[in-house]
This record gives sequence, structure tokens and C-alpha cells, in this order.
Amino acid sequence: MNLREIRDILDATVFCGENSLDREVKSACASDFMSDVLAFVKNQGLLLTGMVNPQVVRTAEMMDMCCIVFVRGKQPDEVILQMARERDIVVMGCKQRLFIACGLLYSKGLAGE
Amino acid sequence: MSEVKLTYQVDGGDLVQAGEASSKMKMTLKKLGMPAEAIRKAAICMYEGEINMVIHADGGRVEVEVGLDKIVIRLIDHGPGIPDVDKAMEEGFTTAGAAARNLGFGAGMGLPNMKRYSDDMEVDTIVGVGTTVTMRVDC
Ligand SMILES: Nc1ncnc2c1ncn2[C@@H]1O[C@H](COP(=O)(O)OP(=O)(O)O)[C@@H](O)[C@H]1O
Ligand SMILES: [Mg+2]
Repeated sequence: MNLREIRDILDATVFCGENSLDREVKSACASDFMSDVLAFVKNQGLLLTGMVNPQVVRTAEMMDMCCIVFVRGKQPDEVILQMARERDIVVMGCKQRLFIACGLLYSKGLAGE
Repeated sequence: MSEVKLTYQVDGGDLVQAGEASSKMKMTLKKLGMPAEAIRKAAICMYEGEINMVIHADGGRVEVEVGLDKIVIRLIDHGPGIPDVDKAMEEGFTTAGAAARNLGFGAGMGLPNMKRYSDDMEVDTIVGVGTTVTMRVDC
């Protein structure tokens, strides 16, 4: 699934990385605990989270993830977006809660591992 | 490539900067052409350790030795030390407060993650003096 499809399924807003929506991701990971995300390396390309702070970007960076989706309408600030741009990570936001956002993507074929 | 030595200072008070040293190390390992899997393991190990230094020990210093077949990461702090290392290594054990949890850390998974991704890990700690965590990642 590419990032454009993910944007459309979640009706998400793209905060940065508009030009990189052709990237493919095969699986995703969702948590508000960054250590949870760091615990399971399975080549996930996408991180969904309700936690909004710079450490989310760093976690995605350490895991080689190419896209972050902030759920529940949360707005990342400019510090976060600048960090993501420097690391070539796409950032989106959607209105759904974490469970719903995951369910929508999973039901359209995005895997957990 | 002969052995490369890298040193980073970690500022204890800065929750936004936390992870910057790991970020820099990761970029340097990429430039040195180390294998991707080893880079990711080393980056996760150092990142969890760096976060621990910031939230538990008011910062410290990281020394990294990059060889042909291994990456050795040494995190050195002069924080409070760890009274019971076996307990601290248990998944879910934490003394972290709200500030750490607001960052998405403080789930008691840091040390277990460091153990999981390193090929060898040693924790040397003295209460009231500080902690040195040494991790080796084989390439
Ligand atoms: N560098 C350190 N200095 C002092 N205490 C530490 C350090 N690293 C870890 N600890 C102790 O070990 C516990 C477990 O660490 P960890 O597994 O990383 O989980 P967390 O950081 O989420 O609490 C911490 O809550 C803390 O009490
Ligand atoms: Mg920790």
C-alpha cells in the first residue's frame, strides 16, 4: 500500500512530505509507548500514534520508518515537522482514534508484520 | 577501515534534544557503510540508553567504537546508580515519572530492549556514583 492510499483511507491531512506519497509500506505499528514500538522490529514502514512529541520522530528514525500518522486530530508543532523533514519522514494527521485508524488500514490489507 | 571512535555528550535537561546523539551516531554508521541491520540494532540500543541517561541520570557521555565486525557502545553517567539491576532489567519495571511518560517512555522496556538488540550487554553501577552500560552489536 502506498502513502497516498493511506492518506485517502484515513482522510488524513499531510503535514510534510507531500512529494513522497508514492512510497510503499507493507506493514505498520501503532502505540503511544515508544519503547513498545522499538521492541518489535519487523520492517514496519508506518507508525500510528496518539503521542505528539519530538521523540516520536526519533523513534521512527531509529526504526527506519518512512511515515508517521498522528491520530485523534492532534497537531504536530513546527519543531516536530522540521525534524521530520530533515529525516525525510512523511507526517500526516487523521481524525480517527488509534483503534479505528488501525482497523481501517488493516481491513484494506495493511499488515501488522 | 581501521577502528573509528566517536564521542557524544548528552544533556540531561533537554527532553527535545534527547536522542540527538543516537541520531548522529546512526548517520555516521551509515556513512561508514556498516550493514543496515547492525546500524538499526545499534541505533535502538543507544537511543534507549540515551533516553535513560536523560530521564534517570541527568545526562552523561557516550563512547562508540566502530570496528569491522562489531560496534561497541558505552553509556557513562554520574547519576543515582541502579540499586537492583536484575529488577531494573525486568520488562515493565520502572521508576520513571510523568515527564518520561509524556515523552512516550517510562514503560520499563528500555533496558530489556537494549538487551534484546545487543549481542552482549553489561551494566556496571554504583548507587550514588553512576552507571556505565556497555553494549556490543556484532556485524
Ligand atoms: N542510567 C540510569 N541511571 C539510573 N537508573 C537507571 C538508569 N537506567 C535505567 N535505570 C533504572 O532502571 C529502570 C528501568 O529502566 P528501563 O528498562 O529503561 O525502563 P524506563 O526507562 O521506562 O523506566 C528505570 O526506571 C530506572 O529506575
Ligand atoms: Mg528507559
